[in-house]
Amino acid sequence: MNLQSTDFELFQLPVQFVQSRALIDTRWKELQREAHPDKFAAQGAASQRLAMQWSVRINEAYQRLKDPLMRASYLCELHGAHINAENNTAMPSAFLIQQMEWREALEDATTLAQLDAIAEQTTAAEQAQLTVIAHSLDVEKDRAKAANEVRSLMFIQRFGTEVEARIDQLAT
Amino acid sequence: MALLQISEPGYTPDPHQRRIAVGIDLGTTHSLVASVRNGVAECLPDEQGRVILPSVVRYLSADKRQIGFEALAAQVADPHNTIASVKRLMGRGLHDIADPSRLPYQLIDKPGMVGLHTAAGEKSPVEVSAEILATLRFRAEDTFDDEVYGAVITVPAYFDEAQRQATKDAAQLAGLNVLRLINEPTAAAIAYGLDNNSEGVFAVYDLGGGTFDISILRLTQGVFEVIATGGNSALGGDDYDRALADWVLAQAAILAVENAADKAALLRTARAVKEALSTQSLVPFQLELADTRIDTMVTPADFDAITADLTAQTMTVVRKALRDAKLGKDEIQGVVLVGGSTRMPAIRTAVADFFGREPLTNLNPDEVVALGAAISANQLAGNHTGDDLLLLDVIPLSLGIETMGGLVERIVPRNQTIPTAMAQDFTTYKDGQTALALHVVQGERDLVADCRSLARFELRGIPPMAAGAARIRVTFTVDADGLLSVSAKEQGSGVAAQIDVKPSYGLSDDDIARMLQESFSTAQQDMQARALAEARVDADRMLQATQSALNADADLLEADEKLNIDTLMAAVASARADADAATIEAANQALVKGTENFAAQRMNRGIQKALAGKNISAV
Repeated sequence: MNLQSTDFELFQLPVQFVQSRALIDTRWKELQREAHPDKFAAQGAASQRLAMQWSVRINEAYQRLKDPLMRASYLCELHGAHINAENNTAMPSAFLIQQMEWREALEDATTLAQLDAIAEQTTAAEQAQLTVIAHSLDVEKDRAKAANEVRSLMFIQRFGTEVEARIDQLAT
Repeated sequence: MALLQISEPGYTPDPHQRRIAVGIDLGTTHSLVASVRNGVAECLPDEQGRVILPSVVRYLSADKRQIGFEALAAQVADPHNTIASVKRLMGRGLHDIADPSRLPYQLIDKPGMVGLHTAAGEKSPVEVSAEILATLRFRAEDTFDDEVYGAVITVPAYFDEAQRQATKDAAQLAGLNVLRLINEPTAAAIAYGLDNNSEGVFAVYDLGGGTFDISILRLTQGVFEVIATGGNSALGGDDYDRALADWVLAQAAILAVENAADKAALLRTARAVKEALSTQSLVPFQLELADTRIDTMVTPADFDAITADLTAQTMTVVRKALRDAKLGKDEIQGVVLVGGSTRMPAIRTAVADFFGREPLTNLNPDEVVALGAAISANQLAGNHTGDDLLLLDVIPLSLGIETMGGLVERIVPRNQTIPTAMAQDFTTYKDGQTALALHVVQGERDLVADCRSLARFELRGIPPMAAGAARIRVTFTVDADGLLSVSAKEQGSGVAAQIDVKPSYGLSDDDIARMLQESFSTAQQDMQARALAEARVDADRMLQATQSALNADADLLEADEKLNIDTLMAAVASARADADAATIEAANQALVKGTENFAAQRMNRGIQKALAGKNISAV
């Protein structure tokens, strides 16, 4: 075990998409109990610095493992299938048409109830896409396909954030 | 044969010696110091038996000042020189302060932090806060008749990096070794959680004199995990006083109060009336001003109506924090009220209505933060031997950098657990470019202009290359105190770029050095003696830490490694006994360096231990 170990090695979890969130949380706290800088507050600068490095690394792995999108991206990257989200924006046309419809609906929405309905729809789409990704990664083990699906999920999530921002705007 | 070790007279290297560790609640209205004695956290009283120290400093002349109750009593008579609620000015520039003309002080617009003109000359809010902290430090030292080893200082969870840094600077100026800055709601949760042996998800609603915080925490087996936090570092009891004062002036058809003494008297009376309204149903507001007189009656219903907007503002923040935590209000097992301002019945009702349950108030809302800080300090100093607490706090506001067009590129999102680090790659814009300027901001808005500027960095020493060829990885690290540091490296050449930090707020190291020169402690004390004393304390700390590491894990070392560490320790001990500060520091640094590898091995052992018996179940 060292700072270069993968997130899965560090948390002693199977290298797969489907994970138990409760187990991730438990491992995170167990690791932080050993490595958190507070444990080394009275132990000199060298230990402090090292504890800081480990603690940061453990938090980084935790952020990535607990978030399904980040976990899926990480798994793709680990197996050499790059997400390359900035440069690769090619999407199936059916997906793009659906996105456009959603955006129109968001623009037309004026009430909280309408926005809530869109938010619900987005969450459902997100869940469905996660199921698809889980199948590609864990069953088919087709990471290149999964990488494409992850990119679609990024679009869905970004749209979800915009919906939330609109709800915030309307609520205040 | 091994040599017998004999310690210097008066110096015991016993690692189990108890260290005096204190928790300090540096509040807007008042401050407290607490410590764990005989296993119980308690607030330390002054000679008159009062635990509360009003956060008020009065400057009488260049080297004379009053702190606490004495200063508070002079507030109306000497408004310019009597500084109250200085916490609201920490890490703030003049343009950050809403309506500065209402304050009775003579504020000085300075780059970075605002200054205060007083009878003792120009003072920074950091210096004023340091006076309060030093008073509490002396109180603790008198109580224990011993030096304070270290302190945990509490800050509002919603304090940004500039405000945190200013607080840490103030502690340093007061001669305190800061073990940790912890967030006030987290400190309160420690005191509450341990007292009631609670488990589950809790909301801490903390309305102090000048700040409001809401934190959502999960408590499990000694782990205090902050899930989300929100707040307003410029909303507190003071604002309720002001709203009441404005209403009374409007009732009396007084347009404005110009006189500084009148301003101070008005706020003071408003506060007294507000406090009385928590228990009485009709309170007179009577005040003699320079050229007029106020005499009116206030009911709790009036007061609630006047301040309804302020209370509503806090509830909006509560809703947002719950949303950030992705939790419904029915998932909250308990709501804790902290801060003197939560004594207002309107607050209690609003919180109870929202969460659908009565909030917990069985600990004194004024003391609970200091008590939690004391428990944390005791543990960080290494006194506590039982089950460790673990605080997993979050960064309250996103960190970002300025990109083209004045837009913010988010680097560390809010509510991320700290410590954390994020790396971002940058490249050059022109051929042969050797420097790069970065602007770090904090806040949730998309435009740089709407966020708080934290610092400007200049990266120098980038090897000259064609435009776009350099890969400069800049790493932003936020430590457990919520403080930021930045490092940079050119990836191709491995050249570490040099970073010049220009903090937009807060103080440079030079400022701190100057203030130390001018401060109370050095007025009577020789600088060299102080440096020597500090070097010795550092040496003691390092010797004790190394010894306890050896006691626990010496088996990790080869014989020659062990011998090397022993030699380095002996060198520190001998330098400590009869050398000057610089020599002690050099010996200490050599020991720090010489134990790096040992520390790394110990850490690996700890990590392995955490995962002992757990195998990868499937690959």
